[in-house]
Amino acid sequence: MRSFSETATDRIVFLLNAHVPIMIKIPKQIDDIVCDLLRLANTRLPTDVGWALEAAAAWETNDIAYSQLGGIMDNAKKAEYKGIPMCQDTGIPVFYVSGKFNSSIEKGIRDGLRKATETIPLRPNTVHPITRKNDGHNLGDGMPMIHYRPSDDDFTEITVIPKGAGAENMTKLGMLDPADGTDGIKRFVVNAVLQAGGRPCPPTVVGVGIGGTSEKCVEMAKEALLERLDSVNGNDDERRMEEELFLILNESGLGPMGLGGNATVLRVHIRTAYCHTASLPVAVNLSCWAARRATVRIHNDGTAEFKQ
Amino acid sequence: MIITSPTDERTVRSLRTGQTVYVSGSLITGRDKVHMRALSSEKVPKVLYNSTLFHCGPIMKKEKNKWAVVAAGPTTSARLNDLEAEMIRRFGIKVIIGKGGMSSDVLEAMKENGCVYLAAIGGAAVSLAECVTETKGVEWEDLGMAEAMWLFSTERFGPLVVAMDANGNSIYDDVNSKVNETLKRYQF
Repeated sequence: MRSFSETATDRIVFLLNAHVPIMIKIPKQIDDIVCDLLRLANTRLPTDVGWALEAAAAWETNDIAYSQLGGIMDNAKKAEYKGIPMCQDTGIPVFYVSGKFNSSIEKGIRDGLRKATETIPLRPNTVHPITRKNDGHNLGDGMPMIHYRPSDDDFTEITVIPKGAGAENMTKLGMLDPADGTDGIKRFVVNAVLQAGGRPCPPTVVGVGIGGTSEKCVEMAKEALLERLDSVNGNDDERRMEEELFLILNESGLGPMGLGGNATVLRVHIRTAYCHTASLPVAVNLSCWAARRATVRIHNDGTAEFKQ
Repeated sequence: MIITSPTDERTVRSLRTGQTVYVSGSLITGRDKVHMRALSSEKVPKVLYNSTLFHCGPIMKKEKNKWAVVAAGPTTSARLNDLEAEMIRRFGIKVIIGKGGMSSDVLEAMKENGCVYLAAIGGAAVSLAECVTETKGVEWEDLGMAEAMWLFSTERFGPLVVAMDANGNSIYDDVNSKVNETLKRYQF
């Protein structure tokens, strides 16, 4: 007998067609909504990511690379059809909460994550950093990571990106000198991606933070991964640098899984913030080819609107 | 080509980088903690000897008192660079399945002892789990789901690319020199 929660999610996933969000009116607790959100993020590839992979395969000339991309897409289809996580590393979920909410939302998210770990199931990944003891529920001190952005809207929005360790371990922060300039920024990003090699499961999505303080810079690099791959950066300088880095990286020959080929990155996203006149912080945060993410908007009447 | 596991040195030495292969037979998982414990223990599970070692921390589910695989893709092999050469020497590991490749030390140990590195598709956890026909058991379960040594039976597990062979060749080395060559063209 399948639980109500499972059937509801199946229906959501089934109905989710391309960019059209689906409104479902089911009076649900936050924990159940978060559980559904995690299921969506882990089992279904965002449509724009699917298209980016198709496009990458279309201009791939290396045989091994082509078969890697084929295997990737095969797997994504099976995961969605079967409703199970596309990757065994269901990562550490990073949550972004915005709109209207109060302090009770943290408990809702923690309970939802615990439920998701048991029912989807997710792999219990969180351990104490020194004793390495596993918490068993993807919780533990400081987990999960939740960013709060309150606003005056009358809905609550929760976004999640499950961050796998293969890609997250390749994160780089450089406190460059202002004299390093744009060349220094480009060199830093290119080196970060290419030195990572096959470890982060390329073709990767490259999040780049430029400026801010050190923690802001890393935060921006990760937040950049929330953008759709077909979004256009409104700032001309940033867009040009994104395009240039995209071309250089895809000409490098690193290829899918670092086995050689044309498809090394699916997209480069840059986010910037003003910084100290004596500083030039640059951060790179990578996502594997799946670029997993999902968002839910919860309206006042309890309607939940899922989108990816 | 299908490799029957456990396999022998002759088969391993006949494989060349770039070939696509599948593995049928027994397979054990082992990542960070399995490597650390195996190298610091007096006694290790027998299955480790001459094994096909899969760098993987799967998602498992207990159904009717029996463990079943939900998702099982490869984990990043490079994290085990410092431990793998000794593993190969001590336990005669014949086949390593992982992703992302390993260091030149490991490549050297592979050449000396007759061991091959097969690259699985990173993230293809559902497709690979479908190739696991049975979970025969688990050793060192106290290490937790992701870190325990799971014993799998497989049927045409793959596709896997021979990425580092037992003759000292590595696709990753070739790609790396190509990447460096390309980058020389950019002045920044």
